Amino acid sequence: MNLDGTTATRRLVLQGAGSVALIGLGLGLNLGFGAVPALAAANDKYPEEAFKQKSGPDAIKALYGKAAEASDKVKLDAPEIAENGAVVPIAVTTTLPDVTSISFFVSENPNALAASYVIPAGTLPAIANRLKMAKTCNVIAIVESSGKLFSATKEVKVTVGGCGG
Amino acid sequence: MASTIRVRATANGDTTEVQALIQHPMDSGFVKNAQGQIIPPHFIQQLTFEHSGKTVFLANWGAAVSKDPYLKFSFKGANKGDELKISWVDNKGTTDTTTAKIQ
Repeated sequence: MNLDGTTATRRLVLQGAGSVALIGLGLGLNLGFGAVPALAAANDKYPEEAFKQKSGPDAIKALYGKAAEASDKVKLDAPEIAENGAVVPIAVTTTLPDVTSISFFVSENPNALAASYVIPAGTLPAIANRLKMAKTCNVIAIVESSGKLFSATKEVKVTVGGCGG
Repeated sequence: MASTIRVRATANGDTTEVQALIQHPMDSGFVKNAQGQIIPPHFIQQLTFEHSGKTVFLANWGAAVSKDPYLKFSFKGANKGDELKISWVDNKGTTDTTTAKIQ
């Protein structure tokens, strides 16, 4: 009984988050794309829940629902030492086939998930961006290839944290 | 107001390389201002790139993306002179859209 109760609440919360994301998306679509019909793909939704998770493993679970295995085919390019944690250039490339998404996690940030990118067919699995890092910790890149998850991890030493202070 | 989005898209053979720079505070909600009050979170959540009606790239961002975010990616199937449509929406519902010609 108790179990049922929690599942129901969780579902409600999830639904709530989903509709908020939908409204946000709807706004963007209406203002941004005019008459172009929305793509119905489920993965176009903003993964609100995953971004709220505190730890890396929880965020990975919330985003993908499965665990990743380390792979040397995922190349994570990040500096050894970041002078300024507010701007850490991080890039990832992979030779894996059929990549559908790439995500970045910073393990010691207040919320581990930093960015998640959807890669449609025809787009190359190579991304460069800049992230904030609270302190010295591991940066994890996860590549979803043919439905499986592959990861690469690198420790970045942060001299000055980028999450307030 | 000038657009917050600056994009350079260059076609090289079949592949188009896109570099985008967006002006946005990307406040995480963890930083305090000089008065010790917390600056509320304000960050871009979704950034979409469209080429001829098809989404070629979709970014879901959290507050951990740096201020004035930069992004680089490449996609196939576009030609010189094609238009690339870029738009973002942040957690306050603000949006901005721009189009860029592929060079």
